[in-house]
Amino acid sequence: MEQLKTIGRELAMGSQGGFGQSKEFLDLVKSIGEARSKAEEDRIVLSEIDILKRRLLEPDVPKRKMKEYIIRLVYIEMLGHDASFGYIHAVKMTHDDNLLLKRTGYLAVTLFLNEDHDLIILIVNTIQKDLRSDNYLVVCAALNAICRLINEETIPAVLPQVVDLLNHQKEAVRKKAIMALHRFHRKSPSSVSHLISNFRKRLCDNDPGVMGATLCPLFDLISEDVTSYKDLVSSFVSILKQVTERRLPKSYDYHQMPAPFIQIKLLKIMALLGSGDKSASEIMYMVLGDLFRKCDSSTNIGNAILYECIRCISCIIPNPKLLEAAADAISKFLKSDSHNLKYMGIDGLGRLIKISPDIAEQHQLAVIDCLEDPDDTLKRKTFELLYKMTKSSNVEVIVDRMIDYMISINDNHYKTEIASRCVELAEQFAPSNQWFIQIMNKVFEHAGDLVNIKVAHNLMRLIAEGFGEDDDDADSKLRLSAVESYLQIISEPKLPSLFLQVISWVLGEYGTADGKYSASYISGKLCDVADAYSSDETVKGYAVSALMKIYAFEIASGRKVDVLPECQSLIEELLASHSTDLQQRAYELQALLALDARAVESIIPLDASCEDIEVDKDLSFLNGYIQQAIESGAQPYISERERSGMFETTDYHSQDHHEVPSHALRFEAYELPKPSGPPQASTELVPVPEPSYYSEPHQPVSTSLVSERESTEIKLRLDGVKQKWGRPSYQSTTSASSTPQQAANGTTTHSDGGGGGAGSSSSKPRSSYESKKPEIDPEKQRLAASLFGGSSSSRTDRKSSSGGHKPGKGTASKPATIPKENPIPVQPPPDLLDFGEPTATTVTSTDPFKELEGLLDSSSQDGGSTDVMGLYSDAAPVTTSTSVDSLLSELSDSSKGNARTYQSQASKGPNSKEALEKDALVRQMGVNPTSQNPTLFKDLLG
Amino acid sequence: MIHFVLLVSRQGKVRLTKWYSPYTQKERSKVIRELSGVILNRGPKLCNFVEWRGYKVVYKRYASLYFCMCIDQEDNELEVLEIIHHYVEILDRYFGSVCELDLIFHFHKAYYILDELLIAGELQESSKKTIARIVSAHDQVVEAAKEEAGSISNIIAQATK
Repeated sequence: MEQLKTIGRELAMGSQGGFGQSKEFLDLVKSIGEARSKAEEDRIVLSEIDILKRRLLEPDVPKRKMKEYIIRLVYIEMLGHDASFGYIHAVKMTHDDNLLLKRTGYLAVTLFLNEDHDLIILIVNTIQKDLRSDNYLVVCAALNAICRLINEETIPAVLPQVVDLLNHQKEAVRKKAIMALHRFHRKSPSSVSHLISNFRKRLCDNDPGVMGATLCPLFDLISEDVTSYKDLVSSFVSILKQVTERRLPKSYDYHQMPAPFIQIKLLKIMALLGSGDKSASEIMYMVLGDLFRKCDSSTNIGNAILYECIRCISCIIPNPKLLEAAADAISKFLKSDSHNLKYMGIDGLGRLIKISPDIAEQHQLAVIDCLEDPDDTLKRKTFELLYKMTKSSNVEVIVDRMIDYMISINDNHYKTEIASRCVELAEQFAPSNQWFIQIMNKVFEHAGDLVNIKVAHNLMRLIAEGFGEDDDDADSKLRLSAVESYLQIISEPKLPSLFLQVISWVLGEYGTADGKYSASYISGKLCDVADAYSSDETVKGYAVSALMKIYAFEIASGRKVDVLPECQSLIEELLASHSTDLQQRAYELQALLALDARAVESIIPLDASCEDIEVDKDLSFLNGYIQQAIESGAQPYISERERSGMFETTDYHSQDHHEVPSHALRFEAYELPKPSGPPQASTELVPVPEPSYYSEPHQPVSTSLVSERESTEIKLRLDGVKQKWGRPSYQSTTSASSTPQQAANGTTTHSDGGGGGAGSSSSKPRSSYESKKPEIDPEKQRLAASLFGGSSSSRTDRKSSSGGHKPGKGTASKPATIPKENPIPVQPPPDLLDFGEPTATTVTSTDPFKELEGLLDSSSQDGGSTDVMGLYSDAAPVTTSTSVDSLLSELSDSSKGNARTYQSQASKGPNSKEALEKDALVRQMGVNPTSQNPTLFKDLLG
Repeated sequence: MIHFVLLVSRQGKVRLTKWYSPYTQKERSKVIRELSGVILNRGPKLCNFVEWRGYKVVYKRYASLYFCMCIDQEDNELEVLEIIHHYVEILDRYFGSVCELDLIFHFHKAYYILDELLIAGELQESSKKTIARIVSAHDQVVEAAKEEAGSISNIIAQATK
């Protein structure tokens, strides 16, 4: 009995949707619903796939059946399984004449196929046919499919038809055609570049839905090229004005807001147009001010609009009044209990802070609350804000916080982002190089493999160049501290490869420079690294080169070098390495150990990584040798250009000049080599790779010591263009160190704790913060002080006032999210009101839509309409009598469609008995309704 | 732009997926797994937004169903939250106090309605009435087929009373 009821319900539901689904399908859905585990679900789906494969192969599947199979395929694919075996049947179904089947086919292909799928070519023809159909529903289905399936190559096949549809009588078709063109524009801007006037024209469409849809492509177009749309500024403003004045049909209202989605789109567009344009911005001020006044901040959608206003204001030329309104809105957001609004508030703050930097100060405690919130999303947004407001006075606190957070998360994507932000801030604002190195160490240690390799090169350069001034003492101190920190870190397990490279390089260059550490100590450490990370060839390469440098410095200074046994075995191992690079480095190291001090010194001079290596491109040091060879009868060198021009290349020429192989293929036959010149001389001419290191830069197989050095040289030169952390940061240290006395006081009383914000913040606020959490308030204030520290004089009073804010926060702010929205009163006569309205609005002399009409070529000139809202009525926009007509047509139009839905709603919606049944069924199906409320969604929808 | 729409139940079962940007089947499964892991485990009072691989995912829970939409960094989260709500209201009006079961058995209907609301990742229509009108226009086409099934269900309904 129970089961029968279920079936009855299912069937009823099937009928309500218009699809009689078979028992088989319902069973499938049911069993999936009941599946207890993913494995069970997979098993059910796999057997379903088997069934469908068999069924689809049967001859003469009835169409109704086929449609159900297709929907079952969609279901399978939705559950994450591959249904590609049935794609072709979905494609076939789009060819069907029956709209119902066609639509199912289109739905399935749009869900199955990406735009680069091979089967799409089979659908294009059908789409073309359907676009010509008399039935607008068929056209709509085809347009839906176009938006998903058409790619760059197939755009031309449908483009003319889509453009024709822009003038279709049904607004649904016009709207979809606009969206299709928008899609084309995204896919290939050039394909629709000649159609831009159409978008402008559609902006004045009679139907607000079409107008709203047109804003999508216009937004894209304007963001690409602002200047050519400046003429539309006043049109957009006047549209927005009319929308806020509720001139659109009531059906566009949403939670009592007039067409909020259109408002938001308009605000986005205005932000683009007004940015950096004073006259455009001035036109907007009025309507923006109105919006702030009118927006209902108790609804979510009202806040969405407010937020969009804030964004708009932060983009256009600022206006003090509006900035104030925006700041008010932001503080409302921040004081709200809703996390969503806090998030938006922080985001808004980040935007406004660029314009008025002191706006953040009054919200410092709110910001810190957000920073400490357990909600990751909110936290990240706050970090973004901090990133935007970093100055040299608060960089240490902010970067410390960022690094702490970076260490605590595993999300690689965000880790990369925050690491790069840390690096960027450290480079820009570092108070001292020491600090910079410390921060870099932390970043490398915890996010090493996610950091851009350039960062590592920057760090090496900093250590090598030091302050960039002639203060050798400070430089060597810096290096020593770097070496010390690295020697500490180096024994930790699992360091990122990039970090090890930096460590090896620094230890190689400066490990023994101070004489504090012995060569054997450093080389032992380096061997350990090479051993511990034996699978990482780059690290090994760096380690071997570092070893070579250390030994070279030893030899050059006349000390006797005893190679540690582990080094010896490392070298021996690498001599037989599969990597030619490592092998080469090992051989070089071996060769170097056998040389005398003078030779070694000239090969690897001490601390010369910053010296420019002058590359003698002409190889002038060989001149004498060449002269000698020519005198003894060798042929003179013919330059490459001459050779390729004259084409006299002989075999040995192409061999000894290594640039020849880089030429493209030649299709002409080679000429026979002319027997010119004595052969024995020519063999002499070949410059054999000599052991001399000076010729290296030009040899393809140069010894890697020099090549490595040369490569760092090249990188350094590239980077050298912007020296971010160089001088300016050095100056900032001096400015920061001018307030150390204040800083000392800073920790005791928080009233002047901000005074030392610059200097003291380095360690104190953080460490004390960690030690005692309970007494949050002073800590927070201190943190606030170090974050928001600027001009210390005005801040103290402001801070105390904002401290006063805090306790009041809970009571003062009203709950901003209103969870329940009263059901929008479903009155039968709203249409009447709608269409009565236009007559009531007397048209002022400055008809905003007239300006729009000016943009039109012809289309809406029809009525010569003076009535603004006439544009939005269905019929010809003239007087009350016609609007009644249009109302009737509207009603009759909608009554057909809506009556049934309303009816079903009336019989079903409020009926709690039925809802209970539904709930019971849900339970039975294993879907588990979690709320106690049986009507599930009803409670949420009010 | 909206990159995809996801409906996931509290148990992590997928109820509807719509992809507006190209994703392979493999990526899709991965996205669903990753996101449902993140979203289902979030507490009730937290933000309805999640930052994810450089995008933002806006989600909202209705009874046991999570509606998620993935958007660009520059989009307005609150607006998208309302688009979700808008969709739910339309579903509610169409099904008559919609519940998860409606979406389970009539997921294709939910897709059709979604197609009238969003197209190519953009909101195409913000009027509930307009959407209701076009959806019901489609339903009229299938009236004939419906009647047949309706009569059977009536018989069963009578029998089970």
